[in-house]
Amino acid sequence: MNLKGNAWKFGNDIDTDVIIPARYLNTSDPKELASHCMEDSDPDFSNKISAGDVMVAGKNFGCGSSREHAPIAIKEVGISCVIAKTFARIFYRNAFNIGLPIFESSEAAEDIDEGDQVIVDIELGEIRNVTKNRVYKATQVPPFMQQIISAGGLINYVSERVKKDGNL
Amino acid sequence: MGQTIIEKILSSHSGQQVHANEIVVAKVDFVMGQDGTSPLAIRAFEDMGGKEVFDREKVAFVIDHSAPSPIEGVSALHKLMREFTRSKGFKMYDIGEGVCHQLIPESGKVGPGSLVIGADSHTCTYGALNAFSTGVGSTDLAGGLISGHLWFKVPETIKFVLNGVLPKGVYAKDLILYLIGDITADGATYMSAEYTGEAVSALSIEGRFTMSNMAIEMGAKAGLMEADEKTFKWLSRYTDKVFTPASADPDAVYAQVRNYDVSKLEPQIAKPHRVDNVCPISEVLGTPIQQAVLGTCTNGRIEDLRIAAELLKGKRIHDDVRFIVAPASKTIYLDAMNEGIIQTLVEAGAAVVTPGCGPCVGTHNGVPSDGENVISTANRNFKGRMGNSNASIYLASPATVAASALLGKIADPRDFIR
Repeated sequence: MNLKGNAWKFGNDIDTDVIIPARYLNTSDPKELASHCMEDSDPDFSNKISAGDVMVAGKNFGCGSSREHAPIAIKEVGISCVIAKTFARIFYRNAFNIGLPIFESSEAAEDIDEGDQVIVDIELGEIRNVTKNRVYKATQVPPFMQQIISAGGLINYVSERVKKDGNL
Repeated sequence: MGQTIIEKILSSHSGQQVHANEIVVAKVDFVMGQDGTSPLAIRAFEDMGGKEVFDREKVAFVIDHSAPSPIEGVSALHKLMREFTRSKGFKMYDIGEGVCHQLIPESGKVGPGSLVIGADSHTCTYGALNAFSTGVGSTDLAGGLISGHLWFKVPETIKFVLNGVLPKGVYAKDLILYLIGDITADGATYMSAEYTGEAVSALSIEGRFTMSNMAIEMGAKAGLMEADEKTFKWLSRYTDKVFTPASADPDAVYAQVRNYDVSKLEPQIAKPHRVDNVCPISEVLGTPIQQAVLGTCTNGRIEDLRIAAELLKGKRIHDDVRFIVAPASKTIYLDAMNEGIIQTLVEAGAAVVTPGCGPCVGTHNGVPSDGENVISTANRNFKGRMGNSNASIYLASPATVAASALLGKIADPRDFIR
């Protein structure tokens, strides 16, 4: 499966309070959360995004709180995947669990500029910069985590497995 | 091959000898959610087809992030939590009980050698009691509620050897801020921190909670200490349960060993807007502040309130400062009343709010205005953390916060401590 969109560029240590401030945890509605995504960094962010766009950031993306609202807001606003040098641990796990594709690649994170068109092959973990005509490789993830992403999150992954095999 | 503390706890909970980088499914001893994260977990629980929680005695929800509710949306989420816990028959700590990371240790259900997951990033706090406790998201929480198990990657460990004696006026908070500044906000990502050495042994359990609480601010999955007599004495107030401590083997393998001498440490400050933006207090002395916050899961414990009260006794805070105090639990609140601490703080000008997380996490109880500076005993100073992205947050020890409230600017507590 390929993801395709334009890049939005961010720096290091993008924390969960910037992704979705705690004052908006008064709802579990993904659409409402999406409307405040990255608001404290760019109040107009949610309006600028076209479906499929890609976030590209430096190291330690998603540091801070355990709030799953953060990857949910990013996914719901229309971002197809996040590419970063590294991710904070809880965000990393949450992103897989809710089905937001994420890729670790220092090369891609450094080389991609804002506005570059990017195509990502989820299965191969291959990131293609169409604008610059370059290809980067993301860090491999274990096969079962790949399957969680392909299924669209842990809940779908578990229920598909249960349907298919009758157990986990 | 010897094992670290976390390797031992993950071995005892997965029924096999494990080492760093293996992936295991482990049994959990306790599962906790708070009002920011539990509502999504309830939805995931239902989507997964969950019927009952795995063990009613090993599960709790806590309403602390917005307690009491400041707005209708939150009221609805609180109601959902009340109905869910009632129908599944497990414990819920409602408003006024306190902050989850104080309540779970006070419950007596977690201790040396325990494995705990909580849907809050500061769940690593119980590492001070020699428990491997770590933060997860709502979907993992739901899986834990249903099955009592979760998969983990066994982390590598960084050992912090802390030698020497902390000078007067310098506390566990200054020490952990210093370590975070040194290793940086992602210096321990995916790893476990082990704190050891004479400076750790000398700390009270309250001070140890402060150190373990902030392990996440260096990216760590856990911040563990060995259990000693102080640990068991602290626990004896809350339980007579017998725990099995986990200690590191002499030949345990570490990713890094970092040695520090704490005897020359100054009070430390984390400047806006990053927790690893740490400097000695001398660099920022005199910075005007409009709000001071004493509380949170990092520094809202009895020892913290006592230190502030000793410094403020018979004095009056600066006219331009709002001083907000939130004891970390009802038990601490009552202890502080019995000791006269609350009276001292209120007479000095403090506004005491319901035990909870509000001021730290920006949901209510003290949102700063544009351009204001806050000095706080909390663990995060991210932009917008306290509810306003145009305010600046400085993190410090309770003594530094009290001294700064007194002068209306960042002040050195050593000037006030005899």
